[in-house]
Amino acid sequence: MTYQPLNLGRWILWGTTALVFIAAPQVFSSSFALTMMTQMGTMIIFALSYNMLLGQGGMLSFGHAVYSGLGAYITVHALNLVGKGALSIALPLLPLIGGLAGLAFGVLFGYVTTRRAGTTFALISLGVGEMVFACVLMFPGFFGGEAGVSTNRVVGQPFLGISFGPAIQVYYLVAAWCLACMAAMFALTQTPLGRMANAVRDNPERAEFVGYNTQHVRFLQLVLSSFFAGVSGALSCVNFEIVSSENVSAIRSGGVLLATFIGGVPFFFGPIVGAVVYIFFVVALSGFTKAWLLYLGLFFLMMVLYAPGGIASLILMQLPVIRARRFGELAWPYCLAAVAALVAMCGLIGIVEMVYRLSDVSGGTQMNLAGLGFDARSAPPWIAFGALLGAGLAALRYTTRLVDACWDAIQTDLLAKQP
Amino acid sequence: MEFLLVQTLNGISYGLLLFMLSSGLTLVFSLMGVLNFAHASFYMLGAYFAYQVSTTIGFWPALAIAPVLVGAIGMLVERWGLRTVHRYGHVAELLFTFGLAYLIEEAVHLVWGRSSVEYRVPPDLDGPLFTIFTSQYPIYRGFMMLVSVAMLVSIWLVLTRTRIGLVIQAALTHPQTVEALGHNVPRVFMLVFGGGAALAGLAGVIGGNAFVTEPGMAAAVGPIIFVIVVVGGMGSLAGAFIASLLIGCMQTFAVSLDWSLAGITIAQAAPVLPYLLMVLLLIFRPKGLMGTREG
Repeated sequence: MTYQPLNLGRWILWGTTALVFIAAPQVFSSSFALTMMTQMGTMIIFALSYNMLLGQGGMLSFGHAVYSGLGAYITVHALNLVGKGALSIALPLLPLIGGLAGLAFGVLFGYVTTRRAGTTFALISLGVGEMVFACVLMFPGFFGGEAGVSTNRVVGQPFLGISFGPAIQVYYLVAAWCLACMAAMFALTQTPLGRMANAVRDNPERAEFVGYNTQHVRFLQLVLSSFFAGVSGALSCVNFEIVSSENVSAIRSGGVLLATFIGGVPFFFGPIVGAVVYIFFVVALSGFTKAWLLYLGLFFLMMVLYAPGGIASLILMQLPVIRARRFGELAWPYCLAAVAALVAMCGLIGIVEMVYRLSDVSGGTQMNLAGLGFDARSAPPWIAFGALLGAGLAALRYTTRLVDACWDAIQTDLLAKQP
Repeated sequence: MEFLLVQTLNGISYGLLLFMLSSGLTLVFSLMGVLNFAHASFYMLGAYFAYQVSTTIGFWPALAIAPVLVGAIGMLVERWGLRTVHRYGHVAELLFTFGLAYLIEEAVHLVWGRSSVEYRVPPDLDGPLFTIFTSQYPIYRGFMMLVSVAMLVSIWLVLTRTRIGLVIQAALTHPQTVEALGHNVPRVFMLVFGGGAALAGLAGVIGGNAFVTEPGMAAAVGPIIFVIVVVGGMGSLAGAFIASLLIGCMQTFAVSLDWSLAGITIAQAAPVLPYLLMVLLLIFRPKGLMGTREG
């Protein structure tokens, strides 16, 4: 046994996270915010479980929704059995059933998919995902076909006045499971398996020389990850009270990949940020515009091209600069770049919205954008938005050079100061 | 007998179309190590461009213009996108093409709407080609086969008989040496990527009106061509050819058979069959049919 001092920073971090989870519904108390936060909780678990594959194990999967979706299907049937009185289990423990179901399917499919790594793994996971999706439509008896299986989460007698009918109670259920899963997944990264998964990701050949079977390590990592995916599927089933073929579809699998990557694959907390941003795009932005998927795709492409470490890396990059008390020098170039980006975005949004309006003329071509009314068929708005976009892009090119120059100067200074 | 003959012909024409798609994918993969997720999106773009051109100036110009446009887009994507992410490794390249597929699908929604467009077979090619026993075989199916075979022969000639083809073949295995000999390998990459996209575009032109031109067509055919690449063996053109014909015939036969097994007809199980084939093959022959590498 070695002496381990209490890691105060870590306790503060987890404590704050728990406090945020508890306090969030008090601050954002509207029902819209509550549904959004509940979805964020399930998405956080899902994205973290996905990052166990992509970030920690180096496995790019295009079929992760299989495990959460099948976990959700098993949960919905279990919940219906509870409703009929054929099964006796408390609702808060249902995610465990979903998790175990996910784990079982992880064992089944993981045996095939984890035989290969790299690009081939990506393709096979895609194929397995498509196979499961086709199977779900093939057996309408169990999976309910296109319409899906619906349920009612209020079963049995209320316990201490908690019936899980109101949305706020579901939120706290999701929050509790989310916190527990976050802690469990973080703990897993510290175990020998977690470390070996990193080794297999970085250099499979050396890992084999040390005496580990890389296929076995990938398999175990995938099975554990599918457990957490199943938990998130079960929670979304409890939240929405319906499970349909969309839950196992390629759209879901792609969504979790987008969320995880946007947040930041190399860091444990990256997917948490990513899940929050992703749900914001899906739930909040889709209410405003039909083109939200286009904006999400563009945002994702920008991240792939310019920030492959995701939002988390962008935040962490600033820390050494702030610590050296040099952030003030960067503030001005950052502001300029932000303004330029904002101008370019305004132009782009205007053009995209106009094209959308013209492609579907049933609602007329008159439109209203941020308080400005105009006709999408007339020339002036096109010229104005085009000019905004062009000017914004040109300014962005100039200001990013400014940021780069400033950043490089600070980095060379910091490097020179290092002992 | 009649059923068998007609279905085999249909299966071969579908298989050839699949090969036009998977050959571009395989070439790009073996040359650049990039698995182009947006390949099926280029197929969709080809169909939509052909629809747009054919409504104004007709089908025959569209047959030439649409693939060229798609190829140009492919080259732009390689030059301004893929080359930038190349330094982050293959996963980043894969993710880039994945994001691109999202974007192209949304752009299609944006411009042409969410429902299918009326991209029809041109009147010159509408009608029966010949009659087998009692059923008529459409001219358009024959035309599809003709275009695919002509395309395959010309690719084969370009790859084996021309100077640029030899450079491409050399760059497949020894890019550094080819570069040292004074060839611009990045430009070769750009050409091959554009060429692959143009092939997919051509497949879209002739496949779009034989099937349906709709925003979901990329997502429907994409997984199938990936299965073909895995089943044939990663990076093997011959393997992709065999796997395309196999899966093309399998799909056509499966949807028209109504033998049932445990309450499910084969027609109902048809969408699962290619994936099942892939899983079985991976268990018993992980290299794929003609693959050489195992990793």
